[in-house]
Amino acid sequence: MSQYSVDEYGFYGEFGGAFIPEMLYPNVEELRENYREILASEEFQQEFRALLRDYVGRPTPLYYADRLSDAYNCRIYLKREDLCHTGAHKVNNTIGQILLAKKLGKKRIIAETGAGQHGVATATVCALMGLPCVVYMGEVDIARQAPNVARMKLLGAEVRPARSGSRTLKDATNEAIRDWINNPVDTHYIIGSVVGPHPYPDMVTRLQAVISEEIQAQLQEKEGRPDPDVLIACVGGGSNAAGTYYHYLDREHVQIIAAEAAGKGVDTGESAATSALGRVGIIHASKTLLMQTDDGQITEPYSISAGLDYPGVGPLHAHLFATGRARFIPVTDEEAMEAGRELARLEGIIPAIETSHALAVLAKGAVPEGSLTVINVSGRGDKDLQTYIDYFKLA
Amino acid sequence: MASVKKQLSENKLSDRLAIALRKPGKLVSIYFTAGYPGLGDTVPIIRELQAAGADMVEIGLPFSDPLADGPTIQESSTAALKNGMTTSRLFEQLRGIRSQIDIPLILMGYFNPILQYGVEAFCRKCREVGIDGLILPDLPLEIYERDYQHHFKAQGLSMIFLISPQTSETRIRRIDAASDSFIYMVSSASTTGVQEGFGQGQQAYFDRIAAMDLEHPQLVGFGISDAQSFRAATRNAKGAIIGSAFIRLLTEKGVAGIRGFVEGLRSS
Ligand SMILES: Cc1ncc(COP(=O)(O)O)c(C=O)c1O
Repeated sequence: MSQYSVDEYGFYGEFGGAFIPEMLYPNVEELRENYREILASEEFQQEFRALLRDYVGRPTPLYYADRLSDAYNCRIYLKREDLCHTGAHKVNNTIGQILLAKKLGKKRIIAETGAGQHGVATATVCALMGLPCVVYMGEVDIARQAPNVARMKLLGAEVRPARSGSRTLKDATNEAIRDWINNPVDTHYIIGSVVGPHPYPDMVTRLQAVISEEIQAQLQEKEGRPDPDVLIACVGGGSNAAGTYYHYLDREHVQIIAAEAAGKGVDTGESAATSALGRVGIIHASKTLLMQTDDGQITEPYSISAGLDYPGVGPLHAHLFATGRARFIPVTDEEAMEAGRELARLEGIIPAIETSHALAVLAKGAVPEGSLTVINVSGRGDKDLQTYIDYFKLA
Repeated sequence: MASVKKQLSENKLSDRLAIALRKPGKLVSIYFTAGYPGLGDTVPIIRELQAAGADMVEIGLPFSDPLADGPTIQESSTAALKNGMTTSRLFEQLRGIRSQIDIPLILMGYFNPILQYGVEAFCRKCREVGIDGLILPDLPLEIYERDYQHHFKAQGLSMIFLISPQTSETRIRRIDAASDSFIYMVSSASTTGVQEGFGQGQQAYFDRIAAMDLEHPQLVGFGISDAQSFRAATRNAKGAIIGSAFIRLLTEKGVAGIRGFVEGLRSS
């Protein structure tokens, strides 16, 4: 077994597990006992693959970015998850989980969302399958992300404000978990990243692994080899990164880079750079690196990107960090915004601000000249237009 | 003196807990969040609870993200943290408490603050101030047994596990076997303070558990707020735990309201 896959207790090295209250034990146990078998079944695979192809629009292109490559003296491919239906990689996971929920006979879906991307992706698959959907979203985020709130409502989902704590993503996640405690039998919780109790991190990783599976085949076709020299993705909870890395984790000659949000700077007190600022602790039932006070209270992160301001990181990534398998690079708001604008001007692609963090790694000189590099473009920038407008004074 | 200490450390279960669980009649256990309503209220609340006839007290260590709790306890935790409550401060406040209080004291908290304090140091400190047991809802049985129980056992601390209406019979038996004082029986599939009072579903669950004839007594928690729900919860069980309703009382009436509240629970 790979040292980067989850062990029988749900840990990656020292990280992971299921630190759940007993009230959640039956829900989580039902998933744990069934997810591998269901995901591996012929029936599931056929339905999953068909929906990814016909509904999501997979495979997404692997695009050689000529002008960007010239600018950085290397060969850069962009994996175009921004072209997925709903505009980001998030839908790969929600398609998989809604099929799983149906196999388990669940009648009601809940989810959490920060920026609203995962909420939209969940509301979308619930509409597709005719299941009722409740999305928890922090009150603060509801005010900041009005277009995505409207999308979810248009898709028929109920958006419930999380009013506890700091009223952002971590609190929306708390509320979704509380809902699950209160509705243990008929409800499936579609978590939006590789976070939460085992088996979620492993399950979401497997569903997102379609990204690296495609990269391998596409690179083989275009370059005559499956492996790039360098792989880059941004990390919030870590789902697009986990999907980008998955088939390469044991191929140690492939260098893995994780871009995390440094906000206004790692040491400014307004940051979300979990690997730099976090210590081992437990958040949302998973033992991982997280930002917290000396007393073990979870703190509120900051990033200009609403999809990266999570105070923790998935346990797989904590393990990749601790073992040195991945190199974590903090990227500030400013560096990300500049990189986003650069991609728009050089390639005609406006990326999500989360993705811009991954792109900014180039300008930081972290990629050796000449290397064959794949960057995951996790989402498109439509949802971030207002932030781009305000930042570059485009109005 | 030395021999008394030695004897205590060899006891699996603190005498205070064992004695309380052997009392005749039904037990009243009260939960409150340390540092709420005021930072300095911890000891006055415990003192008043003992005077009012509470059989046991659960002291809540406030946490920023209390997953198993409903709005009332969440808000009391947020307020307590704002007031400046920390793990070390709570231990300072509890120093010397055993000169005035002889009912069992149980700490209830989430695992992360304890992990940051250091599990071993935390257990030692618990023993030092006279804590008898712990309820850590997000430290499940399997992880406790695999990684942490030696620290708790070394200090003679009782670990109290939860069961819910969804817990399978096999698992309840396993939890019973791992317990050494009582079992915390969550009355319904819910977070704290969501449900008030009990319906037929709960009664069936209470009867089912009673019929299992477990080795350890059960205390019922979640949804108990007055004499009527206390009576219903303790028809089969040894006692009941009151949390959210007590927090609401503290919000409205403060420490002065405690005596009337506890006496009211037992009125018929
Ligand atoms: C486009 C995009 N990229 C990345 C992320 C970060 O999530 P993750 O780290 O799970 O990929 C989000 C989250 O909302 C997103 O919308």
